[in-house]
This record gives sequence, C-alpha cells and structure tokens, in this order.
Amino acid sequence: MSRPRLIKESSEASAPLERELLVRLHDLMVKTRVLEERLIQMYKQGHGYFWIGGPGEEAFNVSLGLLMKKGQGPDFDYLHAHYRQSGTLLALGEEPISSLRQMKNTATDPYSGGRNFAGHYSARRLNVAPVSSPIEVQYAIAPGTAMVQKRHGGEGITIVTGGDAGTAEGDFASCLVWSSRPANPLPLLIIVTNNKWGISTSAEGQHGEQRISDRGKAFGIRSKTINGNDAVEAYTELREAMAYVRTERKPFLLEANVSRLYGHSSASGANYVGNEVDCLKDFEAKLEKDGVLTREQMDALRNGYTEEMAAAARLVRDEPQPDPESIWKHIYAEDK
Amino acid sequence: MANMAQAIRMALHYAEEHLGVTDIFGEDVGAPLGGVFTCTQGLKTTWNSPLDERGIIGAAMGIAMAGGRPVAEIQFCDYVYNTIDLLKLAGNTSWSTFGDWHLPMVVRTPVGSGIRGSIYHSHSFDATMTHIAGWKVVMPSTPLDAYGLLITACQEKNPVMFLEPKALLRVKGEERIPGEPDDDRALSKLIDAPLGDRSQWKPQWPAGLEAYAVPFGKGKVVREGTQLTVVSYGRTLPLCAKAAETLAADGISAEVIDLRSLWPYDWELIKASVQKTGRVLFVNEDTEVTNFGEHLVRRTVEELFYSLLAPPRLLAGKFLPGIGLSDALEMASVPQLGDITTAIRSLAGEQP
Repeated sequence: MSRPRLIKESSEASAPLERELLVRLHDLMVKTRVLEERLIQMYKQGHGYFWIGGPGEEAFNVSLGLLMKKGQGPDFDYLHAHYRQSGTLLALGEEPISSLRQMKNTATDPYSGGRNFAGHYSARRLNVAPVSSPIEVQYAIAPGTAMVQKRHGGEGITIVTGGDAGTAEGDFASCLVWSSRPANPLPLLIIVTNNKWGISTSAEGQHGEQRISDRGKAFGIRSKTINGNDAVEAYTELREAMAYVRTERKPFLLEANVSRLYGHSSASGANYVGNEVDCLKDFEAKLEKDGVLTREQMDALRNGYTEEMAAAARLVRDEPQPDPESIWKHIYAEDK
Repeated sequence: MANMAQAIRMALHYAEEHLGVTDIFGEDVGAPLGGVFTCTQGLKTTWNSPLDERGIIGAAMGIAMAGGRPVAEIQFCDYVYNTIDLLKLAGNTSWSTFGDWHLPMVVRTPVGSGIRGSIYHSHSFDATMTHIAGWKVVMPSTPLDAYGLLITACQEKNPVMFLEPKALLRVKGEERIPGEPDDDRALSKLIDAPLGDRSQWKPQWPAGLEAYAVPFGKGKVVREGTQLTVVSYGRTLPLCAKAAETLAADGISAEVIDLRSLWPYDWELIKASVQKTGRVLFVNEDTEVTNFGEHLVRRTVEELFYSLLAPPRLLAGKFLPGIGLSDALEMASVPQLGDITTAIRSLAGEQP
C-alpha cells in the first residue's frame, strides 16, 4: 500500500485533500469501526476476556497511520502507541484478523502469541513498539528511538501517543524534558488524544490546565490542540506537525480532542455512548454532501467489512489456544 | 592491578570500540565528572542525562529498540526503585511480544553498604532485581570479574542488570586484566582523569585490552574446602573468603563460592559443593525477608535435603527500613567479617 499522494505537497494545513485520499480515509475508518465493533461483540459472546480499543478515534488514528513513513529501522517512523490505535495499524496495512486473533488469545495471535489484551500491538517490521497496559511508559521510551534517529540522520521521526489521563504520570513530563533539551532537541511528535476521561474520572477531576498542549509552551515545544474528530483537520494538522518534526528535527506536541464511543473498556460495559461526537458519522455526512461518496456506497462498504470480519471471527474461533509449554518461549531473545 | 572502577572503565572502552556500545549515559556519567565513582571517565560515547531515572531507563529501552546498544547508569541503586515498572517492562518485552522485540541494554548501578552512605546510598538491589524475570543479573566481587562480566553484558541480546558493590569499587584486584600495564601507577596515569580542569585531558587506553569474557551463569570456587560451603557475591564475598582463611587455622575447612551471576545462576556448582560438604551458608547483605538467599535455601532443602548434615543457613541484612549513617548503625545492619566468621564457625559445629 503506497502513501496517498496529495494535491499539493505543501505544509499548508488548509490544502484540500484529493478525492482518492478522502475515500481511502473513509474506507479505513469504516474498517476500523467495524473491527472494533466485532471485537466488542466477540467479548460479549465470550470469545475473549477483555476488550479495549479506540472507536471514536478513527479519524485521527487512521490519518496518523496513513502519514507515517512506513518501514523498519531508524530511517522510518517509530510508533510508541497506546491501546486505542487499531485504526493506525490498519492504515499501516495490518490485517484485521490479526486483531481478532489477539482478542481470542489464540496461538496464531501475531502480536503476542495469546499473551496480551486486544489492541496491544507489536510489529517490529513496521517500527511499532510493543503496546503495554501501563498508560504512560511509552512517553519515557520514545525519546530513546528519537535520539538514535537524530544521530542517524535522514527523515525518520518518532511518534508517541497516549491519552489525556496518562499525562498525569511523570513519564509525560519526562518526554517533554528529554525531547526539548537545548543541547539535543529530538525529532519526536508527542501526541495526546484527549477523550476527556480517565476510565470513569472526568477531565474536571484530572487536571486543571486549559489545554494539555499548553504544557509544551514552557519547554519551547511547538504545540497545538486540534479537533481530532474531524478527519480532514486531523489529517492536515498531523501532516503539518509531522513535516515540522521531520525537517526541523525538533519536538511537536499535538493534542487531539477525540471521542470515546464505547467507554473505557469492557470493564465499563463497552456499550455505545450516544452523547459524544461520532467522527465517522460526521465524515460520512460531509462526504455525502460534497458528492464524494453516496450513502449507498458507504452502506455497501460497511456491509462488506461486517461480513468479512464475521467470517474472520468464525475462522479465529476454531483456531488453537497456545500450548501450555509455550509459556517458556521468548523469555530471552534466544528462547525461540 | 586495576581497581573495579578502572576495570569497568576499561571494559566499557573496549565495548564502545569493539562491541557496538553506542551510548554510555546517566546522571553525571559524561564529562567532566565521568561518574560519581569515576567508572565512566574518558569514554567517547558518554553523555549526561537529566536527573530522571525513569527517563534514563526509558531512553535505554528506546535506544535498544532502534538498534543502539546502551549502557545506562543509575547513580545509586536506591534511586532505581521509581523505575521498577520500566524494569518489568524491559524484562517482559521479548516475552509479551512473543519474541518480536528484544532489548540489548545494560543497566549499571552501585549497590550495598560500605561507604557510610546512610539511608539512600547503602541499599542493595539483588533481592528485588531477582524478582524481575527476563533480565540477567550479575554482581562481580573482583576487578577481573567486573571486566569479564561487563564484556559479556555488552554482547548480550537481553537486558542485563550489572550490580556494582560500591564498597569494592576502589579495591585493587589480585588478578591481572589482560592488557593492563604491570604498574598501578602507570595505569592511573593513563586512564584516571586529573583533578581540577579536565577540559584538555584525554585518556590513553592500554593497547592490549581484549574481549576477556566471564560467561553468565558460571560461579567460581574461590577457596576449596571440605566441611561446609559458603555461597556469596559482591561486598560480602571477600569477607567470606577472609573468614574461611582465618577459620582454617582452627581446623575448619570452608569452601567459598563466588556466585558472580545471580540470574541465571550456577546451581550445578552449588549442588556439587553442598553434596560434598553437607553444610551450606548463603551470605549477602540485602534485607533478609524474601531475600535471594532464601530462594537458594529453599532449593537446597528441596533438592539436596538428604545430602545435608545441618540446616542450610542464610546470613543477610537485617530487615530494616534503612541503613543508619553512624558507623555503629551500619555495622549492626549488614553482615560484617565477625558475623560471617561466627556464622561459619557455628554451622561447622552444628550437630543434630
């Protein structure tokens, strides 16, 4: 899958997106939403112990995956993700069935061999660092890959993402400090997807800064808060922020306001939340209004993915669970 | 002969020249200080980090992910405790990704008592660290072993915790590190940074240093004996050897094993010795409750019960919240030569 070409390869945030790209964005957003809904359904049917994911973040996460310089090693972009980023992984070309396998913790789960929760991706061949359940650790690790990239030269950057609640942890401060030292600023795109919740605690109970992006200002880090629910805005703002980090080799703090459409995780029921903006619904209304896609085309796309993932889920259901003896594998690099 | 700090420095020099070490870093690790214990003076890949231990461990993990080979330092192990979940994460990265990622990284940290370091510069870390799976954990008691274990650490594919007994960092070795000059003063002139202005100073590394490697998981018998076995590592090891030497005059024959490598560890060496002597004393200075020595006692009981002539014993640090500054307090808190001598004598004479 090649990165979609833009009409103007400029850093202007206002540059319009061409039709092909809008269709691609939409396609991946639908695919991601259907995947997440399938994962939730698997959980509810007893085909998995726990669900956590990112329905509501598709506009932003898909854009991120499409814009990443995809590959392995310091010439390409590293992603230190959190557990709501199936959209980014699908945009990078991952197959949805892999996520279903992790949900069902089968031996075939390519990300963890049946060891880790849904959405806990790992793909070294794509520079996707392991996603882990602690909400902050990625912010402490990301400066390391960025440091190697700075020294290595080239265009590769490091991207780290986390939620608003995670910014209360010290590792977020570590990330701001380590990326902005005047002696060695780092090519690091620091992202906070702000869904205004920390599990069940609202933003009012979490932090008092007006915008999380304001925290970057004290460090001289270029910072911005955007509407991550708007696919076009998310794509264009991410494109601009990434261009800055890529060429200036300096950090950027991007806060994206997003929704959490099925709550924190299966622990809170994983039921649809009706009172938050649905980025997919909004994007589809826009595409329909602008004559990019018809309702029928979009419905057909969704139905196609729904059938595809239902079939994949049936397949995964019959796949073997990990061999108990496999617990001893990979404790160390040499334990194959 | 080199002291342990110099041995570590020479091993790191060898590793950055020949083993692909890319970053030697931590608080005050780079110029001008070169480490509070001088272990990183004059090295070419050193740099100073912010005073942020979580940032240090995190950066090491990231550097390792991107193909670098970091050697990070936590200035005192007392300050590593706020990184425990990152250590856990580094230890589970290979396992939780089913072998997708692995982290070739070394963390060095000075441990233990012996410099009157009070509550936050005297702690041990072996008991806690041996709870964290996925790491290899080593602790030398001589400069030569420090050199050889660090060479192995810098060739590892996995995270290695290199514990430096701070009481022994300034103690000169009795065995020559391959390549070090004959004369201590000559070595000091070559590689010790001068006091005062160091901006123009450059070390002259001994030319003949080599990849002398001590394999992980291999202990060493430092004194042979027939009546009981003493297993130790780090600061207490030379004390055990000294106690055994003293007691030989009283007709007590103690075999002393330097474990060197805590995980993996040399069970075969311990087993063979205990089967020969029937008595074993484990000695370390970490707090005694859920101490690594307790694991060794448990394994001894379970696997060597019928070879034993007396219960296996553990002599460790008192289970206290800290080590007090006063000489009297420190001496009373962790095993000293007298405590070890008494424990050996008592075990040697123990009858049902």
